[in-house]
Amino acid sequence: MPTEEHVLPDTALDVVTPACHDEEEYELVYHKPHTMVDVSMHYCPGCAHSLVHKLIMEVVEEMDIQEKTIGIAPVGCSVFAYDYMDIDMQEAAHGRACAVATGIKRLMPDKYVFTYQGDGDLAAIGIAETLHAINRGENILIVFMNNAVYGMTSGQMAPTTLAGMHTTTSPDGRDVSYYGSPIKVSELMANLPGAFYVTRQAVNNANAVRRTKKALQNAFKYQQLHKGTCLVEIIGNCPSNWKMTPIEASKFIDEEMVKTFPLGDIKVPKAEDIKTV
Amino acid sequence: MTETKLMKGNEAMAEAAILAGCDAYFGYPITPQSEVLEYLAREMPKHNRIVMQAESEVASINMVYGAAGAGFRTMTSSSSPGISLMQEGISYIAGAELPCLIVNVNRAGPGLGTIQPGQGDYFQSVKGGGHGDYKMIVLAPASVQEMADFVYLGFDLADKYRNPVLMLSDGAIGQMMEKVHFKPYTRPAVDKSWATTGKPKTRNRNYITSLFIQPERMEQHNLKLEEKFKHIRENEVRFEEINTADADYLFVAYGLSARICQKAMDIVRNKGIKIGLLRPITLYPYPYKRLEELASQVKMMLSVELNSGQMVEDVRLAVRGKVPVEFYGRMGGMMPTPEEIVQHLETLIQYHHAN
Repeated sequence: MPTEEHVLPDTALDVVTPACHDEEEYELVYHKPHTMVDVSMHYCPGCAHSLVHKLIMEVVEEMDIQEKTIGIAPVGCSVFAYDYMDIDMQEAAHGRACAVATGIKRLMPDKYVFTYQGDGDLAAIGIAETLHAINRGENILIVFMNNAVYGMTSGQMAPTTLAGMHTTTSPDGRDVSYYGSPIKVSELMANLPGAFYVTRQAVNNANAVRRTKKALQNAFKYQQLHKGTCLVEIIGNCPSNWKMTPIEASKFIDEEMVKTFPLGDIKVPKAEDIKTV
Repeated sequence: MTETKLMKGNEAMAEAAILAGCDAYFGYPITPQSEVLEYLAREMPKHNRIVMQAESEVASINMVYGAAGAGFRTMTSSSSPGISLMQEGISYIAGAELPCLIVNVNRAGPGLGTIQPGQGDYFQSVKGGGHGDYKMIVLAPASVQEMADFVYLGFDLADKYRNPVLMLSDGAIGQMMEKVHFKPYTRPAVDKSWATTGKPKTRNRNYITSLFIQPERMEQHNLKLEEKFKHIRENEVRFEEINTADADYLFVAYGLSARICQKAMDIVRNKGIKIGLLRPITLYPYPYKRLEELASQVKMMLSVELNSGQMVEDVRLAVRGKVPVEFYGRMGGMMPTPEEIVQHLETLIQYHHAN
């Protein structure tokens, strides 16, 4: 004989089995952009990459520039970005995305060219190519995913790993007296005259996602101006390599990552420079 | 319009690049080929082409990757240490099947070595250089004229096979001045519908990659590349023969060494010794078959190189022990005189006659 609390009330079935409706009665309030390929992704649960891929592709769809956009995938977790974004893409060697982008953009100055790079790719092995591309003011967008670890190789220390942060190659925490401090790429690059727009955003809550989307919209529009490089740094969640749940990872960004990598615009264009977009 | 000019090898190559319709050149200064970047920095903008001095050879080869992947005719040039830095990019370009021209004005090594001519990059050029299974078509000019001619040929072969082509020159051919005649050139039509130019609604997306994470898929890609290299081996072997019809002995030499051997051959022939010269023009694919044929005719072959003995291994592979294959080389940027080669040859002839 079951106890009383195990007996479902009669109304419970109504909750789990809603009455049948014709499809027309539903209003479509959201769909993923048509510029995304309809496949399941390899990314871990709670990872920022899938969300940022979608935001970029939303901007490409909204601006109707699929025919004019060429992306560069890096080496790292997002190495397969071209499997998900329904645009022409090139896969670059580790760290060389900005050089590849330069080769494309210089020959097709009217196309929209962006690189998508992680912190190992951009801030370690590729910092020379990145710095010189920005110094030349290449009219490209650099989407810089900073999650403070090497993701694909499963959690080694990155140039952006926080002081004291535990990784597989800094098992006692990053010792800044031995390895130096985390590189603040955006602040560093904003000093270069070729940098037109530099901002650091996150995607760990709904407001942050909206701000990141806005930053990407701005950066794509600014490419029409031919006035320099746009760098959008995004603090990415990496629950797998941070050894956290997705929710803990989101909190870690708010409580720890932003202390070293404060969010917000670092270099914004002058109003008169952007009045035509 | 055709005209004959007196030019440096490096400059003739640069001028040919413009005439061949090169859309973009990316480079980094290094002796003995900095004239290429200087020449093109001056001339390319007049033709509305792109020329860029990159921050490194690593960057310049990756700019070539990007431009080639977007369907443009593009090239870079450098000298030995710079070409070493490009090996990663070259491997990716070969893996992603991108057409481009790379020129190595070979200097002496290893390491920083010296700026004088060398042929020490033979192995690097024809046996791989970068990681993984790939081949480049390797063209070896022996004159300023060929430094110009092989630009057209190199671009056309690159487009035909969707493969990087290397022109392996050296510091002497690059720096010396000779007459050069720029011939009329018609660029063959090439399908580049694979290029990343932006995806219209009418086709699927194009992507350029050398990544095939599933081993089964990667092996299919490897087999496809091997099929291409086999086709290249069967169809693109080029070489020059001089005085081989009646030859009892044979010089095998490419590039600058072949030029010196030509003079040595004249001296030896005046002494009544019948010697010929086989000059490989493509170092990959290599003229194995013709050397094998000549092995049943001549008594000895002598490979003359500006290195410690690299191409001689391919000559021995071709000959398979049928006749002695000897080697003579100078290194460190030193070049042998024809008389020096003659003396060495005569010693070898005496030695083999006695044995």
